[in-house]
Amino acid sequence: MNTQKPKRLLSLLALLLTLGLVAAACGSDAVDSVTDAVDDAADDVADAADDVVDEAEDVVDDAMDEADEAMDEADEAMDEADEAMDEAMDEVTALSVALVAPSASDDVAFTQSMVDSLAHLGVEPQVTDGTFNVDEAAAAIRAYAEDGINAIVVHGTQYGGSLAEIAPDFPEASFIWGTSTSTNDIANVFAYNPEADQGGYVLGYIAAGIDPSIGIVGPVEAGDAVAYIEGFKLGAVANGASDPSVVYTGSFSDVALATSAAQAHADNGVGVMTGTSQSAVGAASVAADNDIAWFGTQSNTETWSPDLTVASQVYRWDVVLAEMFALIEEGTLGGEVFSLTLENGGLDIEYNDAYELDADLKSEADALIDDIIAGTVATK
Amino acid sequence: MSDFFTLSVLISTFAAALRFAVPYLLAALGETISQRSGVLNLGVDGIMLLSAFGAYYTVVERGSHLQGMLVGLAIGLFMGIVYAVVTVFLHAEQGISGIGIFLFGLGFSDLLFQELVGASQPVPRLPRLDKLPWVGDTLKPLTDLEYFGPLLFDHDLMTYFALLLVPIVSWVLSSTTFGLNVRAVGENPQAADSLGVSVRRTRFIAIVTGCVFAGLAGATLSLQLAVFQHNLTNGIGFIAVALVYFGAWQPRWVLAGALLYGLVTATRIRWQSLNIIPQSASDLAAMAPAIITILALVLLARRARGPAALTKPFARH
Repeated sequence: MNTQKPKRLLSLLALLLTLGLVAAACGSDAVDSVTDAVDDAADDVADAADDVVDEAEDVVDDAMDEADEAMDEADEAMDEADEAMDEAMDEVTALSVALVAPSASDDVAFTQSMVDSLAHLGVEPQVTDGTFNVDEAAAAIRAYAEDGINAIVVHGTQYGGSLAEIAPDFPEASFIWGTSTSTNDIANVFAYNPEADQGGYVLGYIAAGIDPSIGIVGPVEAGDAVAYIEGFKLGAVANGASDPSVVYTGSFSDVALATSAAQAHADNGVGVMTGTSQSAVGAASVAADNDIAWFGTQSNTETWSPDLTVASQVYRWDVVLAEMFALIEEGTLGGEVFSLTLENGGLDIEYNDAYELDADLKSEADALIDDIIAGTVATK
Repeated sequence: MSDFFTLSVLISTFAAALRFAVPYLLAALGETISQRSGVLNLGVDGIMLLSAFGAYYTVVERGSHLQGMLVGLAIGLFMGIVYAVVTVFLHAEQGISGIGIFLFGLGFSDLLFQELVGASQPVPRLPRLDKLPWVGDTLKPLTDLEYFGPLLFDHDLMTYFALLLVPIVSWVLSSTTFGLNVRAVGENPQAADSLGVSVRRTRFIAIVTGCVFAGLAGATLSLQLAVFQHNLTNGIGFIAVALVYFGAWQPRWVLAGALLYGLVTATRIRWQSLNIIPQSASDLAAMAPAIITILALVLLARRARGPAALTKPFARH
């Protein structure tokens, strides 16, 4: 038997074991060093992250503090505004107010604009509407004055003659009359007048941008109707339209004539229409039937032509009424004339969201409003 | 002016005149029947207003033009009964009671409108022939005819119905026993009574028929315009009464008067839209239909003789 073989085998195993132990020892040190490096790096990252988080939290905290401060300030401002509004409302509602108007209170036109404006001021007036008959209106005006109403809104140019007779008989009452550019030198009459040509100009400009062929349905060639229509024509021509066609029906209330006039425009092939007065509802319905874009004035006329109303010039009488009521409270019962303008917010251009108006055209119109307010564009 | 004298513009103007004339024609035909029996009805405008609101409100609520027309007719029938009772049985003075009916219609229609509807909202317009359900496609080739399509076939059914009523009313008045009775009680109620004709019943039926026509006129107006508002008629009923005088109590001449009024109105509007009439003359132009109609009335009414017993209440002695 050879005894050298087990010895050699044992020697070989011992060598391998030694090498293995050495290798294991060397490998363990490398892993540990790597692990340590990673741990160090992780610690660095964690520290850095903590720093960032801390900084972010500080920033957020600062921002929240600022926001809280701003909210507090806003709350204070709101409280002050509420108080001011309450005071104003107390002053306004302390007055007794009556309204005499020619058409229905919900005519989506001249009378409704006044009713809405009074409601916006929190005023609930006694109302006599539908008084196209001037004598009926005169009786109502006198009755309100006899009843001791403080402020009587006489909403119609045509009532001026009656007012000249009635107002001097009641020097303690204030008569708020429009649309008129004059108080007729009566001490207890305020006058109000919309510069309707301003909004008309803007709407006419937009209209010509949609279609240069334009038809207009007017009632009687007087008052704010003619101002709006002339402004509309000027604006349209300024944007490249030929002279728009105008039909005055001769009536503020004749829907049949307004409808017929609008149909004539439609037969002539116009692409855009507008109209004013409560009779314009007939024209708007013809426009809707013939897929013709429509522009409204006095009140928002979207309900007449929901999809094809592009925009409306809305009268915000409350802007000037608030001033007049304040004057009456102070004891000044008349003698001043107030105007609704784009500048004082008495005229407002309301766009119809349902109508997709070209964005560039709308931007031009907005710029035009600024120019009119600045006085660089003449609308008359 | 040359813009106006083109075939397409002339035809659309005539078509507009026809559309415009329909409510006048319906109301005036009814008033003709009433006046031929000796009863003046100045309440036509008020009845038209009530019916116009009734028809409009029905379409707002139910969406049916047919139901709207029927409601308008029913209101005319009811108001006719009221007016007939007041004038025939209670012997009220016709002019005063007619004005009363008008004022009632003017105020009550507005009250109902304010309470039930509020703001004026357009409703679907009375459909023209090619838009009629079921038959519209069949009739479309007619409305598409060049020139004559818009003139003759581009109207709603009430336009054709009103035109059809002209020969019918004329025939009834001239060729039927009822028509003979109507004319007899309008000329000499005592003589008619002595011959066994019931003056009261004949006048009652004539008044109610006239008011039904007024009801149809009002309903047609609001559904043609597709809206209602305060005093929608703007005196159409009174102009219809004038047209009866202008038409010498003859349905065909009443038709002529209504068409003349419609044509003058449509022409002046078309001239304005074409800038033929200067804007400065718009007020004068607005008066043209009334002026021309009054002139025609003055010229023609001089040789026309109305029913001898017109406005005279009848009481058997």
